[in-house]
Amino acid sequence: MRINPRFTNKLVHIGLNLQAFFTVGILVIIVAIICFKGFPYVNFEFIFAYPQDMGRIGGIFPSIAGTIFLVLLSILLATPLGVGTAIFLTEYTKESVFTKIIRFGVESLAGIPSILYGLFGFIFFVIKLKMGWSLLAGVLTITIMILPTIIRTSEEAIKAVPRNLRIVSYSLSATKWETVTKVVLPSAIPGILTGIMLSVGRAVGETAAVIFTMGSSLRLPTSLFDSGRTMAVHFYILAREGISMEKAYGTALVLVVSILLINILAYYLMNKAISRYS
Amino acid sequence: MTNNPIRKERFVKWVLVVFALSSLLFLFLIFMFIFFEGLPLFHKVGLKNIILGFKWAPTKGFFGIFPMIVSSFLVTFGALVIGAPMGLSCAIYLSEYSGKKMKMFLKPALELLAGIPSVVYGFLGVVYIVPIVRDHIGGSGFSLLATSIILGIMILPTIISISFDSIMSVPKTYREGSLAMGATKWQTIYKVILPAARSGILASFILGMGRAIGETMAVIMIAGNALKIPSSILDPLRTLTGNIALELAYATGDHRLGLFSTGVVLLVIIMILNYIANFGIKRRT
Repeated sequence: MRINPRFTNKLVHIGLNLQAFFTVGILVIIVAIICFKGFPYVNFEFIFAYPQDMGRIGGIFPSIAGTIFLVLLSILLATPLGVGTAIFLTEYTKESVFTKIIRFGVESLAGIPSILYGLFGFIFFVIKLKMGWSLLAGVLTITIMILPTIIRTSEEAIKAVPRNLRIVSYSLSATKWETVTKVVLPSAIPGILTGIMLSVGRAVGETAAVIFTMGSSLRLPTSLFDSGRTMAVHFYILAREGISMEKAYGTALVLVVSILLINILAYYLMNKAISRYS
Repeated sequence: MTNNPIRKERFVKWVLVVFALSSLLFLFLIFMFIFFEGLPLFHKVGLKNIILGFKWAPTKGFFGIFPMIVSSFLVTFGALVIGAPMGLSCAIYLSEYSGKKMKMFLKPALELLAGIPSVVYGFLGVVYIVPIVRDHIGGSGFSLLATSIILGIMILPTIISISFDSIMSVPKTYREGSLAMGATKWQTIYKVILPAARSGILASFILGMGRAIGETMAVIMIAGNALKIPSSILDPLRTLTGNIALELAYATGDHRLGLFSTGVVLLVIIMILNYIANFGIKRRT
């Protein structure tokens, strides 16, 4: 018996439709569970109070502050390094063996899983450089981890700037650096910001690389050499050690909502960047 | 110095070269320190006793990680069995069937899946998937099956976005040619577009594998972490990543070196997977 190809065609169409909505359904369910279960426990006190009794009572303020410190400092270090690398790769060289090697390095860094960043940060920053479990060790590890994302997205953004803008700038006798800083970068900024926001999202949700470098002290870190914990680490410890399901759901809500907002902002910027030159 | 534009240009260029080299330096440091700590044990205990050894009792001098290597590949394979068909069909739907408005909504929504942290996946796995497996299928619930389901969902964004790109890069003329010959839409996709996008689709599967094999926090929460090769999909297991994450905080001496040896094996596997995937992506473009 031969099945009518038109019938198969219809069937596949319906099947793929269902499949796509099933997959989006998973996302909706995940977010819905976190929101409904976490909502009753999140209030002003939960966000601004200090935790007591390992996190059973009180809020999560130190972990929110710890997350912000870690992410801001990592971005501060990774952005100039990453954007600088992207400028070098796109504006200052032609494709050569040298750029191929650098690209290979960036690709390889992007493929390394976060637990190996944790392992490296632990042995290099925490043990060999004697930083101990500290904000500084966490920041340096996360900086290396997010660098490939920033380099790649910045490179794409800079490449998308039309050639004509550069030619006009040169014809007005601007130097290369003047062209880059005054013409190319301003046009590429939405794309670069997208990469930065995506990196922020990744760093906020990171656990494996943070827990072995920044540690998991419940105190608010007041110097670079203090240990501290991020929201993701706090959530992990609450959930894994069964300290408090209520506080775990509350922390998950704050964590997931902040990551979703950051990523949505990133996509908004990306669309702005795309619509600019197409 | 700043008054002389030529000097300034030269200065800027050198600074940028140093920035660009920093990525290579970091990669070098990561390899050097993980290998530096991990390799001595291979020399002391023997490569065979570590990679093919069955017993992991680091405080008693046994560093066998064979069951973990097998387990890592099992969860990766399980994730692929679940994630690859789902991801590929989503990519086909997005590229060939969905309207422009639908695409504008679906693609970012699916990519947001990638932003949800792995601890949250692990937690939801423990609270929802593990009890379902325990009550309806059997075993303790902490199992290869539960881990594969969660990892399968986690690798979806990787598979979808890379397969989507490679399907979109198939020239329009291929589609038009096939449709003009009287083929249906599905015949065109199945016989023309998918074969043309083959290498990119394979690359997306391999990158998905890389993500699954490197995943840590979700896995240690759901896998049960038992030190043996699972004999059914309902058995608990411990992966290479789980081994490192579970014991690094308190390990000392040779025990810690054993965890770095585990890291060396993981790093080598990941580098091989990435190399193969990059090869596939480059062939496409």
